Amino acid sequence: MAAGAAAVVAIRQTLLLLLTCLAAAAQAAVLPQDRADLMYHSYQGGGVSIDGPALMLRKKAGQALSLSAYYYVDTVSGASIDVVATASAYTEQRREARLGIDYLAGNSIISANYAQSDEDDYQAKSVSFAVSHDTFGGMTTLSLEAGLGDDTVSRNGDESFSADVKRYNYKLGWTQVLSSSWIAAMNLQVDLDEGFLNNPYRSVRYLDANEPRGYGYQSEVYPDTRNAVAVALVNKVYLPYRAALSFNLRHYQDSWDIRALDAELEYVHPLSAQWTLEAKVRWYSQTQAKFYSDLFAFASQQNFMARDKELSDFSNWTLGLGASYGLPGWAFWPAAKPEVNLQWDHIRFSYNNFRDVTAADAQTGLEPLYRLDANVIRAFFSVYF
Amino acid sequence: MGCSAVVMLMLSGCASIEPWVKPYQRDKLADPIMAFGRHPVALQHVAHVQDSREAAKGANGSGGGGCGCN
Repeated sequence: MAAGAAAVVAIRQTLLLLLTCLAAAAQAAVLPQDRADLMYHSYQGGGVSIDGPALMLRKKAGQALSLSAYYYVDTVSGASIDVVATASAYTEQRREARLGIDYLAGNSIISANYAQSDEDDYQAKSVSFAVSHDTFGGMTTLSLEAGLGDDTVSRNGDESFSADVKRYNYKLGWTQVLSSSWIAAMNLQVDLDEGFLNNPYRSVRYLDANEPRGYGYQSEVYPDTRNAVAVALVNKVYLPYRAALSFNLRHYQDSWDIRALDAELEYVHPLSAQWTLEAKVRWYSQTQAKFYSDLFAFASQQNFMARDKELSDFSNWTLGLGASYGLPGWAFWPAAKPEVNLQWDHIRFSYNNFRDVTAADAQTGLEPLYRLDANVIRAFFSVYF
Repeated sequence: MGCSAVVMLMLSGCASIEPWVKPYQRDKLADPIMAFGRHPVALQHVAHVQDSREAAKGANGSGGGGCGCN
């Protein structure tokens, strides 16, 4: 009994301690700045071309609310290596819309978001709720987020096929000011996916002596659950002159035995009041899913089979350059600050066990390893107000 | 007794750790070049390009804020 009472006292004192620490030199959180962005984006690589517009708006409504909207279109055309090997070239469009609301309450911001994405053969809807809290004199921000997604997968040319995916994700963030020129953040995310997780068009290949080319194809089969944990460490430092350097490191692991690591270094350098230049380099590497193979020994060799290159063992390098130019202000809208931006990324993917089956005269299973180079462009016009 | 001692120790620890970067020392952190996600519309696209071609996903955002200066 005495021990129980002591425990209650200890819990009360601990709560008091937490409240005392959280209240120390409290500084109010700040809603994001009002802005509008109109972007053209393009991805060209591996025989595929994807481009389209995107629009993002954010505006405060009163002192405590900020509303955001996002609209994005992807138009895909061409034929990737998977399509060349097993299907015909295609064109499709994906439209994504998001709405968000952020509510400022003292040192906290409470957020809710809704997103919807539509394609001919894939519909996705998701909601998320988040809270972030500034504490320790405004030096620390803690954030929590929970999201739920509901997808419907269909297959063009097969009206009878329909399958569902449920997605749950949980995020934890800790952002910390470490000095007057150094800020760091640690982010943790857990993803739980359930349902039809494979691509309904992709196939695995297996050795088949009856086929003239020496192998045949059958549909991929994936497990219907996938659980993943990702943790990232972000550091941003203001250099002795006016420039910023950031270093990001992320580790990912999932229940399909894929482990990935990526590292990114970014440098931002204002040249003048108008011009800001930026450069980045990123390295990414992952291991294969445990049920992946470029060439199975025979048909239906395993319960789960994949030959999706995104599940293979590969790495990539990205080199990115960007420039921002602040335009002169407008007489009709003095509060607005217009800016134009151009960003270009070059990505080189090197696959370690995904082979190029389109190579002529290659022996089955000894085709050259696949590689691809992609160029990504973002050109956008932003107005801060 | 033991619990109380631990709590007292923690309380004294809290009292001894003060925020060491004052609001007036955060001018560099408030510079737009130091913002996490300076261009949200571009970041969304970068994440989409990566998520579509890599198995890894998540944890690439930031809690934001932190310097109380935005």
